[in-house]
Parts: sequence; C-alpha cells; structure tokens
Amino acid sequence: MSYAIEMRHIRKEFPGIVANDNITLQVEEGEIHALFGENGAGKSTLMNILFGLYQPDQGELYVHGKKAVINDPNDATRLGIGMVHQHFMLIDKFTVAENIILGREPKKHGLLDMAKAVKIVKELSEKYGLDVDPYQKVEDITVGMQQRVEILKTLYRGSDILIFDEPTAVLTPIEIKELIVIMKRLVSEGKSIILITHKLKEIFEACDRCTVIRRGKNIDTMSISETNPSDLASMMVGRKIHVQVNDAPYDPKEKVLEIEHLNVLDSRKVNVIKDLHLSVHGGEILGIAGVDGNGQTELIEAIAGLRKVKEGTIKLNGQDITNQKTRKIVEAGLGYIPEDRQKHGLVLDFTIGENMVLQTYYKKPYAESGVLKNKVITKKAEQLIQEFDIRTPSEKTLARSLSGGNQQKVIVAREVDRSPQLLIAAQPTRGLDIGAIEFIHGKLLDEKKKGKAVLLVSFELDEILHLSDRIAVIYEGNIIDIVNPKETDENELGLLMAGRKKGGAES
Amino acid sequence: MNRLLKKVDWINLLIPVVSVVLGLLCGAIIMLIIGYNPLLAYQSIVESIFLQPYYGGETIRAMIPLVLAGLAVAFAFRTGLFNIGVEGQLMAGWLASVACAIIFGHLPKVVLLPLSILAGGAAGALWGYIPGLLKAKFKVHEVISTIMMNYIALYSTAYIIKNFLYTEGERTPTIPHAASLASPFLANLTQGSRLHWGFIVAIIAVLAMWFILWKTPKGYELRAVGFSPDASKYAGMNVSRNIILSLTISGVFAGLGGAMEGLGTYQYMTINSAFTGIGFNGIAVALLGLNTPVGVLLSGALFAGLQTGGLTMQSVAGVPVELIQIIIALIIFFVGSGYVIKWALGRLSRKGHK
Repeated sequence: MSYAIEMRHIRKEFPGIVANDNITLQVEEGEIHALFGENGAGKSTLMNILFGLYQPDQGELYVHGKKAVINDPNDATRLGIGMVHQHFMLIDKFTVAENIILGREPKKHGLLDMAKAVKIVKELSEKYGLDVDPYQKVEDITVGMQQRVEILKTLYRGSDILIFDEPTAVLTPIEIKELIVIMKRLVSEGKSIILITHKLKEIFEACDRCTVIRRGKNIDTMSISETNPSDLASMMVGRKIHVQVNDAPYDPKEKVLEIEHLNVLDSRKVNVIKDLHLSVHGGEILGIAGVDGNGQTELIEAIAGLRKVKEGTIKLNGQDITNQKTRKIVEAGLGYIPEDRQKHGLVLDFTIGENMVLQTYYKKPYAESGVLKNKVITKKAEQLIQEFDIRTPSEKTLARSLSGGNQQKVIVAREVDRSPQLLIAAQPTRGLDIGAIEFIHGKLLDEKKKGKAVLLVSFELDEILHLSDRIAVIYEGNIIDIVNPKETDENELGLLMAGRKKGGAES
Repeated sequence: MNRLLKKVDWINLLIPVVSVVLGLLCGAIIMLIIGYNPLLAYQSIVESIFLQPYYGGETIRAMIPLVLAGLAVAFAFRTGLFNIGVEGQLMAGWLASVACAIIFGHLPKVVLLPLSILAGGAAGALWGYIPGLLKAKFKVHEVISTIMMNYIALYSTAYIIKNFLYTEGERTPTIPHAASLASPFLANLTQGSRLHWGFIVAIIAVLAMWFILWKTPKGYELRAVGFSPDASKYAGMNVSRNIILSLTISGVFAGLGGAMEGLGTYQYMTINSAFTGIGFNGIAVALLGLNTPVGVLLSGALFAGLQTGGLTMQSVAGVPVELIQIIIALIIFFVGSGYVIKWALGRLSRKGHK
C-alpha cells in the first residue's frame, strides 16, 4: 500500500542538538494524521524538512510512493505539498483574492486577470466549504478567516497534502470547531492532512491516526480509536501525567478583592464594564468564564491600574486601589500573569535574571542605596529556575530564546515568589503543552492552599471547570451568574456565556 | 546551546572590527585608483599618531567631544530612543559653559571650572528635556523634535553671541583662565597640542554611562522601558517619566561635550553658520561602538585618529584629507550592513568546521 507521505529514518542535527533522530512518519492517503509532541520535540523540524526548508542529514522521502528530493518549498509545491503556517504569511493591505493568487497570478494578454482570479477563489471556496469574501482586505477579516485564506492559498497551488502547523493556537473555540469541520471536508474531497499539535482534544476530535514524537525520537504511531487521552499524554511527556484537580477543601477566608459598581470604558470610549460586582476570597480560585470580548481584559486592566475606572471602587485587602498607579497596586499585594506573556509579561531582551525582578528591582534586597545588587538578583534567579524547573542554559539567557512554556514559567515564578495576596492569571496556559499546563495548574492550586486569592480568566472551559472553586460568568461587561463547578457542566456554562440565565430567560 | 550563544556574541563583536578593516581596504582601493600609495598613506597616519606627540595629543583632544557625543547617542539608544539632537545639545552646552565662565569670571578656579562644566551639562540637559517632554506628553517623535532643536540651537547661540557676548572675530571673548581646562603641562608634553584636562571628564562619563545603565535601579528601568514599554508599564514603571529622563541624561553627555570644546580646545565660541558635525559624528561613533561605553571610547579613538592623522596623510602621502571622510563613511556603511557581514562570517565559520 502506498502512503501519501512517507518519511523514512529521518535524521537532522543542529549544532549541539539532534532535532530529529531516526524518525519515520507514514501518512495514508485521505487521512488526518496528527503529529503530536511537546514544544521542542522536533515536530516543526520534521515538517520543515518535508516542506524543503531544511535538508535531512539522513533518511528518505516518498510522496505518493515515489522517492522524492525536496530542495526548497517550490519543489514541495510541485509535489502537491502545501503548508498552512502558524503565523500567517499574508499581506494585510491586499484583498483575499490578491493574497491567494500572489506568485501565480492568472493573466490575460500579459495583464493581471482579476476577474478570473476572483472566479477561481469563489469556486475553490465553494468546493471545500471555505467561506471567504474575495474582495475584502486581509486586515479587515477575522483570524479564522485569515486562516481559511491560507488554506485556499495552498489549494490554489494544487496541493493535495496539507500540513497544518498548530493551526488552533490563534483561534477561538468556535473557530476551532469550524476548522475541524473544514479539515474533514478537505479529506472527504481526497486531500491528506498532517496536523501538528500538542492539544489532545483536537486529536480526538479530528484525527484518524497519530504519530507521537518526543525529544526528536519516534515514540509510536497508532489509530486514534485504539488509544485514549491519558495514554497519549503520557506518551508525549514520557511519564505519567497527573491531571491537577482542585481537591483541597474549599475554605474561603476574608475578602481579598472587592469590586463594587465598577464601570470601565474601552479604548473607543464604550462602556464595556457595566456596574460590575465581584469579590474574591483568600483560599479560593475564582474562575471567570466568558466569550472573548465581554470585558475580561478591561476588568483585569482596571484592577491592575492599567485602565481608568469611570465609576465604582476596587478594594484590595480592604485598601482602596481604584485608579491608583500600577506600582502602588502591586505593592498592595497584586500578582499578575498577563494574557500576552511576550508583550506584557516579559522584557524579551532582558536576561531571565533581570526579568525575575521586574517589579522589585528598586527594593531591598535587589537594590541598596541606589545600586543594583546583581549578585543577589542572580542568586534569586538561579533559585527560581531550580524551583520552577525552567529549562535554560543559565540565568544569563535572554527571555527571548526560551520556549513559550519556559517563558510562562519565568512569569509564574516571579509573580508567585512575591507572594501576592491576589494573583490574577489571564489565559495562563494558552499555547502551552501538557507538561507545562500541568505544572502551572499545580502552582495556581498551591496559591489557593496557601490561603491566597486567585482570579483565573480563561477561554478554556476545561481549565475553568477543573481549577475553580466558584465560576463567575461574564457577559457584556457584567457578571450574570456565579455557579458552583461541581453542580454545572459545559452546556450550562455555554448557555450562560451566551447571555441566557438559568431557566432560559434572556438576561 | 551554550556554545551556540557564545558564537553569536563573538560574531556581533567582530562586526565593527570587520567593518573597519573593510572600510580601510575600500579606502585603499580608491587611493590606488586615483593614483596614490595607500600603504604610505596609512603608514603616515599610524606613525604620526603614535610617534609624534603633537598628533597623539591632538587625537586625544579630538576624542573628547566625539566620545561624549557618542555616549549621548548610545545612552538614548539603549533606552529605545534615537537622539539626533546631540549636535544642538552640544552647542547649547558649549555656549552655556563659555557664558558661565565669562559672567562669573571673578570666581576662583575651584568654583568656576566645575560650575562652568556643570552649566554646559545643564544646558544640554535642557535641550534634551524638551524633546523628551514633547514625546512623553504629546507623542511627538523624538527624531523630528531633536532635529528641530538642532536648528534652534544653531541660530539662537549665534543670536546670543552676537547680542550679548560679542567680540571681534565673530566670537565670544576668551574665557578667563580660572575656567579653562587647558594645561601648559599637557601642551608641553605633547609638543604644543591643544590636549586639555577634559579627557578626564570623558573617562568619567564613560564610567558613568556604564554605572547608570547597568548598576542602578534607575538604569535597569530605563533599559526595560527601552526594550519593552508595554511590559514596563505592566510592571508598574512610569514610561513617560523614563523617556524624559533618558533624553535629559543623554543631553547632559552632549552638553558636556560642548563644554569641553568651549573650556578646553577653543576657550571661546564662534558664531557658527553651520553645524559643528561633532554631534552627527557621535551617531557614527555610537553605532560603531555597538552602543556600549567601552565601544564608544574605542570607536571615538579611531575616528579621532583618522581625522587627525588625515592631516599628515595629506602632507606626507599627498592624499587629500577628504578621503578620510570617505573612509569613515565606508566604515559606517559596513557597520550598517552588519547583517550581511554576520551572514558571511557565519558561512565562513561553518565552512571552517566542515
């Protein structure tokens, strides 16, 4: 039987690392095949070899049963291999149709034939159920639609083998569902798909078979129907995964965060937080569930002093922190794991050590009489690197060169180490692999056990349900209900998030 | 991984060195084409600087304002700002130091000299503070405002000299001895060069930049804001205040550079009809010095050496002194194309491994 893609005994070395060590990947015709592994396991390297961006040191490639040499992406395209990149390669100012035909423009008398281009795009999008408007500019369309444009680009070039590089990392839950439908449609039209991912859920929803790689080595290839999530997860990480559950008794203490009558405007001067009330107690994790854009970001920014409060009060440990400077609020006991870790959580060009003292650099013991105590900072950083299992050559390494999971660990280490009364965790595990997620969940639960208050904001309902002691549902800038995670499920939360109160009444 | 990182650093350090070599090589080729002897030309530069005390002294003398201007650019750059206004800050500092020296000429040296130096620094600070304020409060881009401040400095110093401090020869009167950095001792040592005590100020400034940026919490904050204003804001830093502070400190370095010219080299200030060029050369010095204090010192030495040695090159090898400016421009060009050099070095070293 011939495979759509067969990569045999691939080996690729980089200075100091073996990225791929004797990896074999066999993708059957017409299947969705998951390439599953932690960040840094060698998935991208393998796919870059398939796409002609790297040359393997050893090993052979077969496409549809024929031996192939792929020297550059043009070769890959000729062989019908298309890549949907994680970071889109689109020109914002161009229309959808212009982006799709770029590089292979249909011509009439030597001139660009835009009418024909639009027609081709429309045909392709109908055939595969990829809903796009060819005339819209890329900068004006949603991320999900941009991804569909990327898929259309590969289809337009005649690809019948599509590589999806972590396609769901940038999508909302609804867009993910749509993408899975699209992938299944593509397969039913005779395409083969390789899905690079580290998310279990997607594999079980979308894929037929799965190849697990770990630290550059092949672990196993199996049918999805013959495995289960926990086995697969242990296979990826190489040890048993303990799913972190909130099993410590719920014993709420005094109110740490108290929000009353809060009104906040967004950057367009629209009232996005409307008369919101909320309190978080010591010793509890309060999860905020909600569809993106219902005021979560603005709420956190208002608490952290990064956004002006129009009306209402915010109290931290009984102290009024409404419209105070961020530093004052931090000193009053706020810890904050921001949503965008690279932009807001870290100075990427600082070393790990420097990032560890981003809020405390001016205080003892890190600074004394106007001079930085670099030795103390180094020591602290080394201690936290050890404690939080941050994988790095040294504390002198720039934050930029760490993997996403390790970057997040640096932030969590810094925030937890300051021992804040209130810890806000915004999308703390987005884009991370299972090992790192498990670790960070454990740290949040530890904070609860220490009697601190944790405010968890996440779009991942699983995460909210797993970790929270109480779940507050935010809808259009208001907390419309607070539910007990033990007495609710995804369906009820989903309805609440869509604005329906219990009993079916529209809120 | 560790090895890899080390290699990258090493390549970064090599870029300025390779740029200088390539610049000199290209300069030599140009000389050959025009029909001069490049070996003789370069030999005359090196010999004059290292063997003739006068040119050695003049080189150090020329270094002083160049290094200070370079530090001003590098300091701002380290905090994420592009200070094109060093030229203006330098002129403001120059005039302020000379004016202070003349107005308070009756004071004893121990008071007057430091006071005049400080006046120069303060004027430069003011000239940096204004664009800083404009950026922090009204988001005016510092490149635009500092360029404009250069013109304001050029013409207002001319106006002030003409109307308040004028003397024959289109310049201010000479400053009193009590405010002068000049030293007969240093002049004798270097067979009559204009070398003055300002080099001590320049060395202190080099140390100060290093100390402020890497040893103080304020410097930590300035660098953080320079790299990532967003993350700094989230960490509770005041981004606007840091922008103002950075350009002000940068202005102090530039202003001191002007004071060195006013109190050391010239002992007066002329009515300038055009920019001195020191401030703009400071950009090149900072760039070649990779915006590090020691790097600025070294590249300042190179530029000063080329400029001073260029004079002997003309008399000994007959090569027009303007060629030096071409060589300097070439060096800057190569530093600017650092990416290409990095790529070439990477390829070379990879080949070496295989």
